[in-house]
Amino acid sequence: MATAVKIDVKEQNLLGAFQGFFKILLELEDIHALLVPQQLPVKGSVMPTLVTDPDQLDGVDPLAPAFPLNAARVVSRLTRKPMGGKVVAVLRPCEIRAFIELVKLNQGSTEELILVGVDCLGAYSNADYYRLAGENPREITERFYQNVLGGKGTQMDGVDITAACKACEHPIPDQADLVVGLYGVDTQSGLYVEGKTPKGEDLIQRLGLPAAETPPSREGAIGALVAERTAYRDKMFADTREAAGSLDQMAEYFSHCINCYNCRVACPVCYCKECVFVTDVFYHEPAQYLKWSRRKGVIKMPTDTVFYHLTRLAHMSTACVGCGQCSNACPNDIPVMEVFRTMAHRTQQAFEYEAGKSLEEKPPLSDFREAEFEEVVGIS
Amino acid sequence: MENFEPTIIAFVCNWCTYTAADLAGTSRLIYPKNVRLIRVMCTGMVDPQYIIKAFLEGADGVLVSGCHPGDCHYINGNYKARRRMKLIKEILGQLGIEEQRLRLTWIGASDGIQFAETIREIVSQIKALGPNQTQFKMAM
Repeated sequence: MATAVKIDVKEQNLLGAFQGFFKILLELEDIHALLVPQQLPVKGSVMPTLVTDPDQLDGVDPLAPAFPLNAARVVSRLTRKPMGGKVVAVLRPCEIRAFIELVKLNQGSTEELILVGVDCLGAYSNADYYRLAGENPREITERFYQNVLGGKGTQMDGVDITAACKACEHPIPDQADLVVGLYGVDTQSGLYVEGKTPKGEDLIQRLGLPAAETPPSREGAIGALVAERTAYRDKMFADTREAAGSLDQMAEYFSHCINCYNCRVACPVCYCKECVFVTDVFYHEPAQYLKWSRRKGVIKMPTDTVFYHLTRLAHMSTACVGCGQCSNACPNDIPVMEVFRTMAHRTQQAFEYEAGKSLEEKPPLSDFREAEFEEVVGIS
Repeated sequence: MENFEPTIIAFVCNWCTYTAADLAGTSRLIYPKNVRLIRVMCTGMVDPQYIIKAFLEGADGVLVSGCHPGDCHYINGNYKARRRMKLIKEILGQLGIEEQRLRLTWIGASDGIQFAETIREIVSQIKALGPNQTQFKMAM
């Protein structure tokens, strides 16, 4: 039985091949809808779309270097209660990993869902992408994947993929039910699709596509990419510790923060229904500000900026998947992701946990035992 | 520096450590007055946010103290507190906050003597460290 199949690519048109593949999926009787990024009729906009009509897939574009939002949130909205139909969701690896975290927090379900992950080529920041895509997003996507898969790198017209993408050691969607492989695959002739779970394997056998073997160069290509990403990541960790290694430096690092909370809104794993920072707890009495100012002589307004970021770190860093949407959302270009990933790396290590890795591993703060972490108890 | 009197914020649980502090008082035990007790129903309700706030407001040390493992009035609140302590130490440790400034202890209701001793020891350790500098910063 085949667990992998090949999708033909004609005239280097990868998007056309994707469209054909998604059409086959959507025409299966038990698949009711497809969640997939598409170019919208609006200029240069690539957004997740929920498609039920197989003829509405003309703008399908899972390869655009655009990452307007982490769609884990969208999938969470779709699956928090039974939908009444099976949905295939086409996501980036970091979207799948964030969604897994949400499922573990009971904010989504994989019950009626089939996760299709595409090898991730990375993405530009929103600002860079919109500037670049302008009138012709399709052309940008085509140039981008030809460059990346042709070994010419991710840089285009002076812009490059975000730091979050460069530091991402998970470009392969290992947690998906179905993986569409691009790295180490001869994409001139075809895309390589592999079933990773019983759900995915079952689906693959019903597609009527020719069976395929894992391309021999795939493992090496992935290994080289992950090594490059990991090296970038580790350097980023070191640089960030240098730049934000004390409370003073944190205050400096976040000195442009205006408490807009965009980073929290954009964060796929900031899971609270209502953030404490928008409740009355932080709607301070006017006299309180004067008291604070009198004590220190001067306070920066708005207050509670470092406090906000540290609290967010304490609340969500064990679930951080490093997607970089926090940096993407910052109106003042604070490199938020760098600090969050650096800190999260340590907090996840402390609990031997890796965010988004599996549905089985319980989130560190919802699991506990009688005898553990004795080293944090006591005064000696 | 010799005259430095640290401020220590202590989150103590209603059932064990607060009762121990009460016992220390009624037993007329003497311990330093640097500690400000905040009674909470359980250490399991101490959000990391409270600890962060205490440090950013200039507390020189924070103590979280509750029932021994197995003794929690709410069965497992102290286990949750211990995980959160592991987490917050990991975060604050990366920001140069010394380990001695943040403590978790188990002090049972009948341990008045141990409560007084713990406070004495923490105060002496923090006196040796010196003041927490954040209290002089304008942007936190």
